[in-house]
Amino acid sequence: MNSRNVVLFAGGIIFGFGLAVGGMAKPEIVLSFLQLKDLGLVLLMGVAAGTTFIAINIVPRFLDEPILGGEFKPRTRELTRNTVAGAVIFGVGWGLSGQCPGSALSSLGIGNLPILIGIAAMFAGAYVMGRFFGS
Amino acid sequence: MVYILTGLHATQSSFFSSTLSYFSRLPYFQRKSYLESREWRLYFATGVIFGALIYTITLSPEGFWATSIPWWRLLVGGFLVGFGTRLSSGCTSGHGISGVASLSTASIVAVITFIVVGVITSNAMTLLGITP
Repeated sequence: MNSRNVVLFAGGIIFGFGLAVGGMAKPEIVLSFLQLKDLGLVLLMGVAAGTTFIAINIVPRFLDEPILGGEFKPRTRELTRNTVAGAVIFGVGWGLSGQCPGSALSSLGIGNLPILIGIAAMFAGAYVMGRFFGS
Repeated sequence: MVYILTGLHATQSSFFSSTLSYFSRLPYFQRKSYLESREWRLYFATGVIFGALIYTITLSPEGFWATSIPWWRLLVGGFLVGFGTRLSSGCTSGHGISGVASLSTASIVAVITFIVVGVITSNAMTLLGITP
C-alpha cells in the first residue's frame, strides 16, 4: 500500500466515522432531515463543507503543493443540463430511500446489511448511466 | 486532510463508475480518470465502511443497527441515486462538500436541486402514507 492509499484509507475511516456519529449512516435520520423534522444533518454538512472550504481556499496560500505531491485544484464542473437532470433524479432516489453513496457505505459499517440492496442498485444505476447515456 | 496531503477530492459517487472499470470494457468506464483513480477510491470506500464499523464497536450506545425501510425503496432509490449522481457528476460529497467548498456554480445549483427534490419526494411519500 503506497502512502497515498494509506492517506485515502485513513481519510475514509474519518469520513465514515463522522457519518456514523452524525447519524447520516441511518437512512431514517436522512429522511427525517428531508422532512425538515431533524435538522442535525445541516450541522454535519456545514462543518464538512466549512473544513473543506479552508483546505481548498486557504491552505494552498501557504503550501505550494500537496504534502505528498500532486496539485491543488478546486473541484469545478461545467453546469450542463445533465447536472440538473441528474440532481433531480438523485433527489428522487434520496427522498425515496434516505441513502446517498457515502452514507450507504457507512451504513454498511454500522451493521445495516439491507443497505447492500441499495449499494448494488447504485452500481446498477451507475452502469446503466454509463452504458446508455455516457459519452 | 486528504486534500492537503494529496490534492485529491475524496468524493463518493465516482467510486461506482471507477470500480465498474474493473468489470466493464465499455470506453465510458475505461476512461483515464477512472483507471487512475479506481485504486485509491477503493481504499477510500473501504475506509468509510471501517470508520463506521469502528464507531459502532467503540462509542456507539446501541451497537449494530439495521434499517426498517423496505427493500423495494432501497432498490429503486439506490438505482436512481446511482444513475442520477453519475449523470450529474456528483453527489452529496462531490457537489455538496467539495463542489460547494470550491464555490462551483454547477455544484451549488446541483445541491439546491437535489435537496429541494429530496424534500418534496420524502414528504410526498409520507403524504401517500408510505412509512417507513
